[in-house]
Amino acid sequence: MWRYVLRRLLQAIPVFIGTTLLIYAMVFALPGDPIQALAGDKPVPENVLAVLRDRYNLNDPLLVQYAKYMWGLFQGDLGENYTGQSVSEMLSGRWAVTAQLAVTAWVFELVLGVLLGIWAGLRRGRFADTLVLSGTTLVIAVPVFVLGYAAQLLFGLHWQIFPTAGTDDGWPMSYLLPGMVLGSLGLSYVARLTRTSLSENLRADYVRTANAKGLSRARVVGRHALRNSLIPVVTYLGVDFGNMMAGAVVTEGIFNLPGIGGQVFESIQLKEGPVVVGAVTLLVLIFLLVNLVVDLLYGVLDPRIRYE
Amino acid sequence: MNVAGLAAVALAASLGLSACGGDDAKASDGTFTVGHSEPDHLMPANTTGSYAFDVITELFDNLMDLTKDGKAVPLAAESVTSDDQKVWTIKVKAGQKFHNGEPVTAQSFADAWNNAAYGPNAMGANDYFSYIKGYEDLNPEDENAKPKADKLSGIEVVDQDTLKVTLNDPFSQFPLLLTYPAYAPMPKAGLKDPKAFDDHPIGNGPYMMDGNWERNKQVKLVAFPGYTGARKPKNKGVTWKSYSSADTAYTDLRAGRIDVLQTIPSAKVPEAKRLLGDRFLARKMSTTDYLGLPVFDKRFANPDLRKAISMAIDRQGVNKAVYNGSYFPADSLIPSIIPGHRANACGELCTYDPAKARQLFDKAGGFSGTLELYFSNAQPTYAQWMRIVANSLRDNLGIKDIQFRQVPASDYFSLLGDRKEKGPYRQNWEADYPSPQNYLENMWGSAGNRMGWKSTEFDDLIAKANKTSDQQQANALYNQAEDVAIREMPMIPLWTWAGEGGRSKRVDNVTITPFSTGLIATEVTVK
Repeated sequence: MWRYVLRRLLQAIPVFIGTTLLIYAMVFALPGDPIQALAGDKPVPENVLAVLRDRYNLNDPLLVQYAKYMWGLFQGDLGENYTGQSVSEMLSGRWAVTAQLAVTAWVFELVLGVLLGIWAGLRRGRFADTLVLSGTTLVIAVPVFVLGYAAQLLFGLHWQIFPTAGTDDGWPMSYLLPGMVLGSLGLSYVARLTRTSLSENLRADYVRTANAKGLSRARVVGRHALRNSLIPVVTYLGVDFGNMMAGAVVTEGIFNLPGIGGQVFESIQLKEGPVVVGAVTLLVLIFLLVNLVVDLLYGVLDPRIRYE
Repeated sequence: MNVAGLAAVALAASLGLSACGGDDAKASDGTFTVGHSEPDHLMPANTTGSYAFDVITELFDNLMDLTKDGKAVPLAAESVTSDDQKVWTIKVKAGQKFHNGEPVTAQSFADAWNNAAYGPNAMGANDYFSYIKGYEDLNPEDENAKPKADKLSGIEVVDQDTLKVTLNDPFSQFPLLLTYPAYAPMPKAGLKDPKAFDDHPIGNGPYMMDGNWERNKQVKLVAFPGYTGARKPKNKGVTWKSYSSADTAYTDLRAGRIDVLQTIPSAKVPEAKRLLGDRFLARKMSTTDYLGLPVFDKRFANPDLRKAISMAIDRQGVNKAVYNGSYFPADSLIPSIIPGHRANACGELCTYDPAKARQLFDKAGGFSGTLELYFSNAQPTYAQWMRIVANSLRDNLGIKDIQFRQVPASDYFSLLGDRKEKGPYRQNWEADYPSPQNYLENMWGSAGNRMGWKSTEFDDLIAKANKTSDQQQANALYNQAEDVAIREMPMIPLWTWAGEGGRSKRVDNVTITPFSTGLIATEVTVK
């Protein structure tokens, strides 16, 4: 198994170089002059613009810019954005916010999603099942920003259960509502996946055998049927991590959380290459890591799966 | 199953706990909170953004301050005088201190201005120092040349409290320019470590920083106990909170989590008027939209054609359709909050009159080819009103072939700067300081205008006004220049923006000016 892990980690290196170059090239290809954009409508003399372009290597061709960026990266320097803020400082401040948001959302969709899935799966075709199916369909159909603003108005403004926005109240209070909004889409898929695979597995031969052996219902469902049913759910949770980052752009905006998602969005608009590359590369690495963990989990859930 | 169950219990418990945790009984500590967008810099000379001005104008006392109706009065200065409008003598008020205890002297201003004007420092407001003699030596034309000097030869520190400033040309509006945030003083500590200064500006104003700038979160200011100036705060402090979404900021105002919001999103304005009642704060702004015409293109060379376009646009109609009728259709090149504005100076040329427009259009020989309309994607409303303008031109002037050119915001000004536009373009201007000169010279002056319009008559009148010490007489001359620009109409004034804000029940005496001073934080009272 360790050979497998090592191989997967080594695979991350070309992926890392490929993504950074790709993202750098894409930001480079965006139209517009970022330095001129900073100045807006007010006059800025040409020599000042020249100093700034020079400072951020913007006169170099793409590959030279990229090489300079990578050289800085190997020395532990993520570079600066175009207002002179260090990218590592910017990102470190924002990571904590996004991590707390993502973990809250993830726990929410995992716990509630699996529970709802079991509930519906065990009562297939009955009221609980219909309720879960129709409820999750509704959540999937509604765009996340509608859900976000609605939740903010209801729970934040009218009932004042949660703070409307910001991080002033710390974890968990500030992150519960945005976490639930962000996790709601994933929750729907997790619930539906759990429900379907559980209700299928419950009719499988090995469950009939377990029942016939006289095992208790809880043990049959929990130990045998559910464990097998969770494999697609775990796969989904790994992939969903990427979706969550896309959703975080919207959720962080609505709830005014200064996280990575909002940063990437702003920096793309400002054409701030170093920031976009830094943030997205870290996201890619985390995505790779999460999916490695997911793959390893298969072995825990299904002992027939072996790694070499 | 067990683990999941436990987690579910934990989640439910925290949900239950939170249900009774919804208290917003903020104990009143005499401070208040304002919602705005994240500033780019807090070093005064490194920004031209109004969100940065919000904070900077509270941290620093400039030599001159603006009254609510836009007149310059001494603040950190004892007096600012000149005989010829070219050499200015500035007396700094004695006994003022920076937040770190350093005395504010003539040198503090000289240092700050030299630092701002030095090209290689790449300060955002560098250009605002080009009036001062010696600026060219610090900013060579050739972008690869090394500057000849690092200090402005036009600035002379006579003694501890006296500063002598020599300008390139007579400039009667200099006292107004001194109100611009970039002209703030700097202590020695700021010059030594500009990066730290940007995170924690040390000013001489009524408020000082309470901890460093928490990027993307907030800037906390508290009243400065050693303040001796004229703007003594009536509250204990102000916190500027950053919002990435204007809608969210408005929701937080409704929830009482912020006390003042200067800009309510226009879609929420009707609701806000109803909900906030007398806590809804409407004001005129200085930002004015214009339609610039590429006069360098032969097709736009005839003034009659340009006037025809102006008269074919239904300004009030656009205002009603796009801005809930809250904007102010232009009746002059200068907005009404600027001293020197004349009501209806533009007359019938800014009045919707399709018949007359058609007449002028035909007289000018019509228009051939494709009419391309340029605007950026910075605001969704730009596309909305451009579409209405296009329809007006199609219906009233019979221009059949009209195309829209929506350009990314980051590309827009370089495109106009390179004169790559092939048709009318959107342009706006926000006052740096309330003088007609700020609008006229920057946008119509032959040296820098984007239209390629040249008028020696206009330039001479502006130069004459810049030499005139009496502000009333100067304004009369600016108005004559304005008349020239209206007669030729190289750029069409459209409308002036409206600002719509609100306040919470906790605060009162909230005044928001249309100038760089913005919210007068010192006057806000907290319950």
